This record gives sequence, structure tokens and C-alpha cells, in this order.
Amino acid sequence: MALKSNVIRNVTFNFYNEIIESGARIFPKDQLKRFSLCMQCGKCVGSCPSGRRTAWRIRKIFEETRLGLKEKVFLDENLWNCTTCYTCQERCPRGIHTTDIVRIIRNLAVRDSHMKGNHKRICQILLRYGHAVPVNDEMRKVRKELGLDEVPPTVHRYLGALKEVLTLVEETGFTKMVEGEGK
Amino acid sequence: MKRYAYFLGCITPNRYPGIELATRKVLKEFGIEVLDMKGASCCPAPGVFGSFDLWTWLVVAARNISIAEEIGIDITLTCNGCYATIQEANFLLKGNDKLKRKVNEVLKKTGREYRGTVKVKHIIEVLNQDITLKTIQERLKRPLKGVGVAVHYGCHLLKPSDVRRHGSTERPTILDDFVRTLGAESINYRDKMMCCGAGGGVRAGNLDVALNYTKEKIENMVEAGADCVVTPCAFCHFQFDTGQTELTEKLREKYELPVVFMTQFLGLALGMSPEELGLHKNRTQIQSLVEKLP
Repeated sequence: MALKSNVIRNVTFNFYNEIIESGARIFPKDQLKRFSLCMQCGKCVGSCPSGRRTAWRIRKIFEETRLGLKEKVFLDENLWNCTTCYTCQERCPRGIHTTDIVRIIRNLAVRDSHMKGNHKRICQILLRYGHAVPVNDEMRKVRKELGLDEVPPTVHRYLGALKEVLTLVEETGFTKMVEGEGK
Repeated sequence: MKRYAYFLGCITPNRYPGIELATRKVLKEFGIEVLDMKGASCCPAPGVFGSFDLWTWLVVAARNISIAEEIGIDITLTCNGCYATIQEANFLLKGNDKLKRKVNEVLKKTGREYRGTVKVKHIIEVLNQDITLKTIQERLKRPLKGVGVAVHYGCHLLKPSDVRRHGSTERPTILDDFVRTLGAESINYRDKMMCCGAGGGVRAGNLDVALNYTKEKIENMVEAGADCVVTPCAFCHFQFDTGQTELTEKLREKYELPVVFMTQFLGLALGMSPEELGLHKNRTQIQSLVEKLP
């Protein structure tokens, strides 16, 4: 009988650094580096309203991340069950910005083409209207009935403004990132 | 006269214009002038687009802020999601010159610049600090006596606390104090500080999970005897109001707790009718609350 190997394959030893570097584009690096202080106490999971109803376990994801199990983390659908409520971040006894780390991990997953179809669609709506939730015929009518301008004074009313937004998201690489259909 | 640039975002103008209407009316009532931020876009949503690409999130937020900077006045808004994005982007950019320069390099392509010259205040701060609860109390025409309210703070009004800096996130009182000022009772209920379920791209990506949060919150509010839920967030408002119709359909059980935005609730206490505040455009019924009004 062949022995089952417990050796972990596909280790990305640099994964932790990738997260810190990616996050440091936006957040102070010293703050992000606190991630290494995680002692797996589980206060995050105990506080997590998503964990009560889904298999999202932030502590587990954090340990897998530090072990370099990038593929496993990216393929875990539960990564997308965090509502970013920040309860765990507020309570982390090591002062780790847990929710920011989750957003950074998700950024990297997206860049690695792990994006849900529904999420791609909402991006494409943003690219078309400049709003993630655009006005529709029903709401135009409601606005008028209420005595408001039928079209709000946002990108909806100013075409040049929508062009500006599109220029910016093209420049940041977002437009290209959200092409196609997703998973 | 105090003036604010009103950042509308998406849900407020495009799904719950009653919130926009009530906010404009109430601020006018207290002599605060509201200016439009012409050409503003999605904030972009912090847990959705922030989860996809934080850099894009920051750049587009900076553009929105620059619109208010052009007018030269502070921003107010009626959604915790917009607040999370606009306030946090402003906080990050004000504190980091290198980041600001990098963002401005991109903004330059549209002829815009982020300067860091305005403040971002949630509507609850405007009501609390500029108008003050004392002034509000003096102007009440219909104190909402006998109305039991389940207040829902939402997550991003107070958290992350080191960015928002509004104090306690476990036992806040600002919204409870507000509804009490209007004469209503703030009812304590189980898991009061829990999320509505909509954020972080969960509503878009996994509706059943989002609705499961909503179900639990609404059931806890109803169990405690609430007549309505009052929120300071258009997205939570959307999740509770539209979410209850979705729950009713999916579970074949009635979910019908009236959902009221805080400026709509204030409008009621100032003597305005539910129709004048756009409450009749909610998807979940409001009749049970209307019957309770003094």
C-alpha cells in the first residue's frame, strides 16, 4: 500500500511579502507588518458574523497565507464571504489590520484572475455608467414624483465626468483587469 | 450660513431617492445650504471595489473629493459605504505626501488635482455637531413618543476606529441619543452591532449569505418589539428594505419591519408627512409605523 504523502506542494514562500508590498501601495507598511504578529488566538473568528453562517475562517486563511499556501487561499470561495465589518480588526489583541489584509489578499486573488462572475458584472456596470448601482426608468419616475431632478447631478448628468472616470480606471489598469466573464 | 457639498453616491439617488429628499429638506429646515457635487461618481464602494483593486479605489475616491475642493466646502453624505471610502481616502492622502503625489500623477490626466483641503462629515456628524441635538429638540413639532426604534449603526460609520475616530465601536450611543432626542425609544436587541450583511461584495457575490445576516438582524429587532429600524446608511437601508422583500419571497414568511433613514425619522419629528419624506416609496410596508405615529 502506497503511503500518502503529507508534504505540502505549491508553496509560495514569498506570499507574505507579496501581501505586505501590495498593501504598502496604499497603507503604511509598519502597520501592515503587524500581520506577522498573529498568534492564531482566534478572537477574529469568534467575533466574525460571517463565520457563524459560512465556512469563512479568517484565522485559517491567515495561517495558510503565512505558510505560503497561495493557491489554496485564492481558490477558497469563502474568501468572498467577509462583509468587511471590521469587528475582528477592532478586537485583534495584536492590533493587526485584519480587514485590510483581507482586502489586500482579495486584490491579489483578482489580479491572479480569481474573480466571481457577479463581481465582474458589477465592475462592468461601473465602467458603463460610473455608478455601481445606476439609475433606471422606475427610479427616474420616482425621483420626478418626489420633486427631485429626474437624473441626479452625478456622472449620470455630465458626460465629461463619466469620461474622466473612464480615463482614470483605464490608467490604473482596472479596465483591463475586469474584462471577460469571470468565474 | 453653513454649507455642505452633498456626495450622493449610488444607492441614495438611484434606489432610495427618499433619503436624498429628506436630507435636503431637513438640512434646509436648519439653515444649512446643500450644494451638488456635479459629476461625482460611485465612491467607489470600499468593500467591493476596495476588494478588487485598492489603487483604483483610492484614485477614483480622490477625484470625487477634488470636486468638493473645487467648490471649496466640506463634504457630507448619507451612506456608510461612501463615508468609508471618501473619509478613509481623505485620511490616507492627507497623511502621506508621497501617496498624494502618486495619485495626482494619475488625476492629472483629467486635469484634476487632490489637494487635501476639505473635511468629510457623515450626516450624523452634521446633525450632531453643526445643528446639535439641543437645537433639534427645541424645533420638534411631533415628538415621536411611543415609537420603539431598533437603531442600526452599520459597520463603516465607526470602524475602523483608528481612521474614523468616533470612539467606542462596541457600545456607541450617538444614534441612540439621536432617536431619543426625537422622543422615540431606543430598544435594546440581540446583536445590535452586527452587520446588515450587504458589505464586502457579499450582496453582489453571495446573496443568500447576505440575506441570512439580514434575516437574523430583523428577527432580533422584531423579537425585541421594535416598530421600525432607523439607519444612518443608505446601503444598510437598501439591504433591510429590499432584503426583507427578498426574504419574504424566498422563505414564504412575512418580513415587514419598516425601514427609516435617520433624516427621514427626523423629518417625521419635524412634522413632515411620510410622503413628503419619500417613505411611501420603500419596498417594505410602512403602514404599521404610520399608525404608531403620534
